[in-house]
Amino acid sequence: MTIAFNRFSHALALAASLLSATALAGGAHAQDEGLVVYNAQHESLGREWIDAFTKETGIKVTMRQGSDMQFANQIVQEGDASPADIFLTENSPAMALVDGAGLFAPVEKETLDQVPEQYRPADGMWTGIAARTTVFAYDKTKLSEDKLPKSLLNLADPAWKGRWGAAPAGADFQAIVAALLQLKGEDATKAWLKGLKDNATPYKGNSVAMKAVNAGEVEGAVIYHYYWFGDQAKTGENSKNVGLHYFKNQDPGAFVSVSGGGVLKSTQHMKEAQAFLKFVTGKAGQAILKDGTSYEYAIGKDAPSNDKLTPLADLNAPKVEASTLDSKKVVELMTAAGLI
Amino acid sequence: MLASGNDAPAAPRTMRMVLPRGRMPHASVVLLATVVATFSLVPLGFIGWVTYDVGWETVKALVFRPRVGDLLVNTVLLESITIPLSIALAVTLAWLTERTDIPFAQFWAWLAIAPLAVPAFVHSYAWVSLIPGMRGLESGVFVSVIAYYPFLYLPVAAALRRLDPAIEDAAASLGLNPWRVFFRAVLPQLRFAICGGSLLIALHLLSEYGLFVMIRFDTFATAIVDQFQSSYNSPASNMLGGVLVACCLFLLGLEILLRGNERYARVGSGSPRPADRRRLGWFVLPAILLPAVLAVLTLGVPLMTLGRWLYLGGSEIWRIEVGSAFVQTIVLAVAGGVLATIAAAPMAWLSVRAPGRFQRVLEACHYYVGSLPGVVVALALVTITVRLVLPLYQTFATLLVAYVMLFLPRAMVGLRASIAQAPVELERAAMGLGRTPGQAVRQITMRLAAPGAAASVALTALGITNELTATLMLSPNGIDTLATKFWSLTSEIDYVSAAPYAFMMVVLSLPLTLTLYAQSKRTAGQ
Repeated sequence: MTIAFNRFSHALALAASLLSATALAGGAHAQDEGLVVYNAQHESLGREWIDAFTKETGIKVTMRQGSDMQFANQIVQEGDASPADIFLTENSPAMALVDGAGLFAPVEKETLDQVPEQYRPADGMWTGIAARTTVFAYDKTKLSEDKLPKSLLNLADPAWKGRWGAAPAGADFQAIVAALLQLKGEDATKAWLKGLKDNATPYKGNSVAMKAVNAGEVEGAVIYHYYWFGDQAKTGENSKNVGLHYFKNQDPGAFVSVSGGGVLKSTQHMKEAQAFLKFVTGKAGQAILKDGTSYEYAIGKDAPSNDKLTPLADLNAPKVEASTLDSKKVVELMTAAGLI
Repeated sequence: MLASGNDAPAAPRTMRMVLPRGRMPHASVVLLATVVATFSLVPLGFIGWVTYDVGWETVKALVFRPRVGDLLVNTVLLESITIPLSIALAVTLAWLTERTDIPFAQFWAWLAIAPLAVPAFVHSYAWVSLIPGMRGLESGVFVSVIAYYPFLYLPVAAALRRLDPAIEDAAASLGLNPWRVFFRAVLPQLRFAICGGSLLIALHLLSEYGLFVMIRFDTFATAIVDQFQSSYNSPASNMLGGVLVACCLFLLGLEILLRGNERYARVGSGSPRPADRRRLGWFVLPAILLPAVLAVLTLGVPLMTLGRWLYLGGSEIWRIEVGSAFVQTIVLAVAGGVLATIAAAPMAWLSVRAPGRFQRVLEACHYYVGSLPGVVVALALVTITVRLVLPLYQTFATLLVAYVMLFLPRAMVGLRASIAQAPVELERAAMGLGRTPGQAVRQITMRLAAPGAAASVALTALGITNELTATLMLSPNGIDTLATKFWSLTSEIDYVSAAPYAFMMVVLSLPLTLTLYAQSKRTAGQ
């Protein structure tokens, strides 16, 4: 009996020591995080930027991975207590949300000078760090050039019922809807979302949507350009039947989405955080976009993009004011349409 | 509420496994269980507060909409098809491996549990790789059965092993044929195990995220994550969470109704002889086919997919991050498993020894919290820690609290079944020999229930190893587990780089699964 009891208390002691070890590990970890980046950009791209920055400056950086709107709302909740020093996104609406809550510190002038005006908001509270363009990825075996939609708006027509896909729950797609809202107004957006609900197959993520096009499940999908280039560079197994159609014509479907970066007002490391943003928008940071595996557009002054990409200047994108893209309204409209 | 015994009417003393009211370690255990239950009410309180906060109009608009109706239909269909299929499969398989002379019974028993070592979303991914068009309800049911039936097989096989064959002999001597013996003498005795296992699977189906995302089947859990990614902890995500809690409470009520409280321990002296294995004769061929085909579906497919990734990736995918994620996962899994089992112990004991109306309420608290998707629990903890206890925000402690909440039901099931099988008479005898009630419980019941506790730790650790959503939200900055790394890489369709993480998850889950297996053998006294 006592033996059993001893064994039990041994187990308890073991558990207790394990827990304290965990707590210690946690404590030790919390002391030295260096800069904390909330990264909603692709994990691999965020990692490349951070590693290069640390290599150049010796400053330690800890990355937390998540998605645009999740982090934007999280930062608003955290308020002044936010552990984050820097926020990087894939699209602008999330930046606009945090900016609207007044949580960003102004970006240093030297950093802003590295970025052309059309890729940063006028108030200078955050800056563009990269860009991606909307495309219609289509099944080359099923659709010829003349059968492609002329405009993003055409996809809401009954003719396209059951023939295309998108990832409506993702920040990427919601940025496109935000651009549509800004360009065409609420009624047109509502009508288009209804068409989307009736016509489109919802996928979880752009890459999954592209895979579905490749597998012949749908004839096309509204996604961003770099998924196709990334897959082509790897094995091409998810994109071998897929072609890219650029809407151009300043169509809402030619929307170029600007990825943003900002420094949080509450940071304890203002100098290092500003240095990080300067690095990302500078020569070395933008070169990572050109030479790396992300295939997103570089937007820095005189910073060339990967030469496989259709140049930004040729895309004939619509003029969109990134700082006023209304993510909140978009989520409302999409919830009302039963999409999320 | 606490029974002092003196003023309580003497309950009729039936042959059950319940303690008499009176000298019992009741009060302190009830107190402990109440503390745990109170903690588990935090997420519910949070949803309640949000509901109150946004006002009835908003709630109506967010809950009574077509989308919620669709999700509800999906959920009901998924549950009502998956559970009966899993029961039929698990009981058949357990019968074959435990009570027939099927060749290599040990081996098949092993293979029946092994799918637990493959995370649900890896199962799902493997099937999608094999059949890219897989989606919707049929696929959801198929992959769910494959990924989760071991949760039923385990308790059913253990119960079958411990049954006293004398009851079957008696039934047979009364002229029942073997089929009717099974349905009238054996199956009723498996009720406890079937109910516990089914509840576990049903709750899993409510809160599983990764599996259903992969095959594009929308459930409340996936819809909540969608809303969360679009709007963080908006009323919309919390209202969906509220509906999910309602579903879960319904399941709990159902299980309590079906479970009953019969006695399952043997009365009288002696010990049961091992049951005879039934001769299969010519039927052995089709009988072997079932576990063999199942092994191909549950293990062959995922291992083949993984093997292909690893082969394609070569040596360069084994980066340093794989090692650190592995260590993080182990530490979290073991710490969380032990904590959850300690937290579940008081309630498990009460639910068997001293069931009552109040205890049922407490027990419901323990179960409901585990059915919440990680995202709902995490949401509540994020908001509470960031607003009220900032030092705990994004710390290991908070993450472990979330794990304990999420896996309380797992810890309970293993413990409850093994306490139910520890005869109450031994506890009474010990008290008769001068032990205090507390000592009696510690020295008798805990000792007999130790295998169950080991199973609880293993089951919980398994769950933590494969937990995704809460870990993503609550993990301290810069901490990655195998599951979160795997998930972020697969969402970038970098399946090759994701492979080592999936492989390590399987490697880590194997010893836990082995522990479970060994433990279920030990309870059978072999």
